[in-house]
Amino acid sequence: MSEMMKKLERAVDEITEIAKGFGLDFYPMRYEICPADIIYTFGAYGMPTRFSHWSFGKTFHRMKLQYDLGLSKIYELVINSNPCYAFLLEGNSLIQNKMIVAHVLAHCDFFKNNMHFSKTNRNMVESMAATAERLRSYEMKYGKEKVENFLDAVLAIQEHIDPGLTSRQFEWKENEPMPKDKRVSEYHDLWKLEEVKETKEENDELQNNRRFPPRPEKDLLLFIEEFSPNLEEWQRDILTIMREEMLYFWPQIETKIMNEGWASYWHQRIIREMDLTEEETVEFAKLNSGVIQPSPTSINPYYLGLKILEDIEKRWDHPTEEEMRKFNRKPGKGREKIFEVREIENDLSFIRNYLTKELVDEMDMYVFAKQGNDWTITEKTWEYVRDQLVNNKVNGGFPYLLVKDGDYLRNGELYIYHQYETIELDIKYLEKTMPYIYFLWGKSIHMETMIEQRKVLFTYDGKKCHRRFL
Amino acid sequence: MNMNEPLFIISREDWSLHRKGHQDQLRHLEKVKEAIKKNLPDLVSEENIILSKGKDVVKIPIRSLDEYRIRYNYNKNQHIGQGNGDSKVGDVIARDGEPGKGPGKGQGAGDQPGVDYYEAEITVEELEEMLFSEMELPNLQQKQQDEIIVSDIRFNDIRKKGLMGNIDKKRTLLEAIKRNAQNGFKQVQNISEDDLRFKTWEEIVYPHSNAVILAMMDTSGSMGILEKYVARSFFFWMVRFLRTRYEKVEVVFIAHHTEAKEVSEEEFFTKGESGGTICSSAYRKALEIIGERYSPSLYNIYPFHFSDGDNLTSDNERCVKLVKELMGVSNMFCYGEVNQYNRHSTLMSAYKHMNDSKFKYAIIREKGEVYKALTTFFRKEGT
Repeated sequence: MSEMMKKLERAVDEITEIAKGFGLDFYPMRYEICPADIIYTFGAYGMPTRFSHWSFGKTFHRMKLQYDLGLSKIYELVINSNPCYAFLLEGNSLIQNKMIVAHVLAHCDFFKNNMHFSKTNRNMVESMAATAERLRSYEMKYGKEKVENFLDAVLAIQEHIDPGLTSRQFEWKENEPMPKDKRVSEYHDLWKLEEVKETKEENDELQNNRRFPPRPEKDLLLFIEEFSPNLEEWQRDILTIMREEMLYFWPQIETKIMNEGWASYWHQRIIREMDLTEEETVEFAKLNSGVIQPSPTSINPYYLGLKILEDIEKRWDHPTEEEMRKFNRKPGKGREKIFEVREIENDLSFIRNYLTKELVDEMDMYVFAKQGNDWTITEKTWEYVRDQLVNNKVNGGFPYLLVKDGDYLRNGELYIYHQYETIELDIKYLEKTMPYIYFLWGKSIHMETMIEQRKVLFTYDGKKCHRRFL
Repeated sequence: MNMNEPLFIISREDWSLHRKGHQDQLRHLEKVKEAIKKNLPDLVSEENIILSKGKDVVKIPIRSLDEYRIRYNYNKNQHIGQGNGDSKVGDVIARDGEPGKGPGKGQGAGDQPGVDYYEAEITVEELEEMLFSEMELPNLQQKQQDEIIVSDIRFNDIRKKGLMGNIDKKRTLLEAIKRNAQNGFKQVQNISEDDLRFKTWEEIVYPHSNAVILAMMDTSGSMGILEKYVARSFFFWMVRFLRTRYEKVEVVFIAHHTEAKEVSEEEFFTKGESGGTICSSAYRKALEIIGERYSPSLYNIYPFHFSDGDNLTSDNERCVKLVKELMGVSNMFCYGEVNQYNRHSTLMSAYKHMNDSKFKYAIIREKGEVYKALTTFFRKEGT
């Protein structure tokens, strides 16, 4: 074993001990040192063993190009699995690897303990290898192009799952009676709290107004898989695979800020416990400041997550008089509190509950929007900044779609409803995506959304996409 | 956790066989090529290419390779950013066209909007390769045997025996290294007879025929901007096609309004004219040139005529007669009519009743249809 590997091994040993001492709780680790094009391959696919598709090739090419040109660099990649795989870039210096190992251990602790990850498949590396193999066999059997075309269509709607439905069971049954109030709103479920038994007449009347699905369904992928009339067995299998992969990635999408903040918080604390040489100290400082550097046009999750966590720790270590009186807070509970936060929150609740006025001011956060050709700062009020940030994180940052009718016009057509909040859809992309849904469903697709405060219905009938205002 | 299981393992493996990213990247490039092919009709009438005289690299937006999905309109959304501590409402932090500074290192792709479409760079040669692979001079006949065979040599093989002058040094050395290594020597001790490798050639023989193209273009006053543009871009690609694919093809340029004259290539593509239209003048000129210089027994003859069809009515009958005469000596006669308003044309109505397999026509209503005309006239046999 080379001198470098021995040094690394000793460092990892020490870091692991320190991390355990801090109370971090992680899976057994598998560190793998890889050359750049391997790290970038894994980065593009999100996994070392995923199926093949040209879009991954495109991403890989772009990422690798940026690396070759020195524009960006991935130092590590960590997989949510047990044992936990971490890939280190070949040629990292020892101090780089020390920081990365500390960072990765905190990620693994997060994967293992955050409740949003509790249902993720910890054997996904093996599962994905198996499904990749199955997809390859479909390619052999049905032709590469046919499989690729199908994947193109599924990937276009892959985010539209219901992350709550891990058991593949809809929350409704096909023959269940319609809810009493037919105007289904986003607060619909609240009414259920005081629902009374329907009388017989009402029931009969509802029988005639039967809708399918009886309640709007968010899981578009599962809905198509179960009810599309023209899919073959292998195609349904691909839908299952894609849905499972999305369920696996979903918690990572919705905890990006927390997870990176948590890892940055701990790599700083762990490195501080170590004996570094002078050069290492300087290099670490440079690396660390690079990672948490804020950006004028986006949110750096490493920085924001770290600042919020540090602020929580501070506030729970030194509660104000009022907090002690009102909430019965005791001083010195900071560490305990952030461990609790890492267990129960996701980005949405994390920001909503813990981003304070002081933090927004200190970090000089603002809301910006496009005015003419300029991107201009439009708002600095802290609540507004916080709420906008939360807004952009709802549903993982993807538009919220509901299948309203799977038998629209009594003709088996699919009616999808975009739950418009304040942000319009990208119309060009919408019109290009509809043919993919049509391809999966086999009949006309309708999509209701809002443009400039007006309801619009987009329809794709297999030939053309048209729109009309409702 | 099993107590015997180590807390961590560090390993370093040989990844050289892991080519997945590269393989899928290749598939992506294939798709880019396919997309360019699908875009050929638009590219063929791309002004930049015609004006650049075919020297440049063209950038082609390929929209079909976007990964479409249902997403928010980035431009209509509100986003969050961070200043240096002194930001104010009203500050401009970025302008379109000059993207803001990227986020900190170590961050993934983020949620920044990517470029809206994938832009592929392609050289005009590559474009031609794709376009011309679908085309050929139809109905080409062999004329006068001795002029037809053209042979060429191509170095494309490596052999163990050959001329010392053609020795392949790199391969010879590699062989020597291999043999020495097999015998346990770290360095090359000697180069034996057996190590020598030579480049060898192959003779390629392809039949070639003499052909002449008579490019006739209407330059009368009724030819508007679009008409001229279409006719010129058609001839532009035709000439490039012939020059790259056939060695012995001559092109004669004839410009006509009420009278026709032979012009240089330069003049043909640049000069504007005006006046009325008498198409028969061009045909007469063509027949005259054929009679003087290009005997049908020696040459494959292809007259091409582009016009807006707005011919002097009394001339139509004469045109039909002359076209028939031209077809008698030619392999094919091609007539392209630029007719953007779909009007009832005079010349085309006269040609409608032409019932001869040698007569080909294309009606072009918009720029994009230049490609259609090219593939109609130069369709490969059997496609």
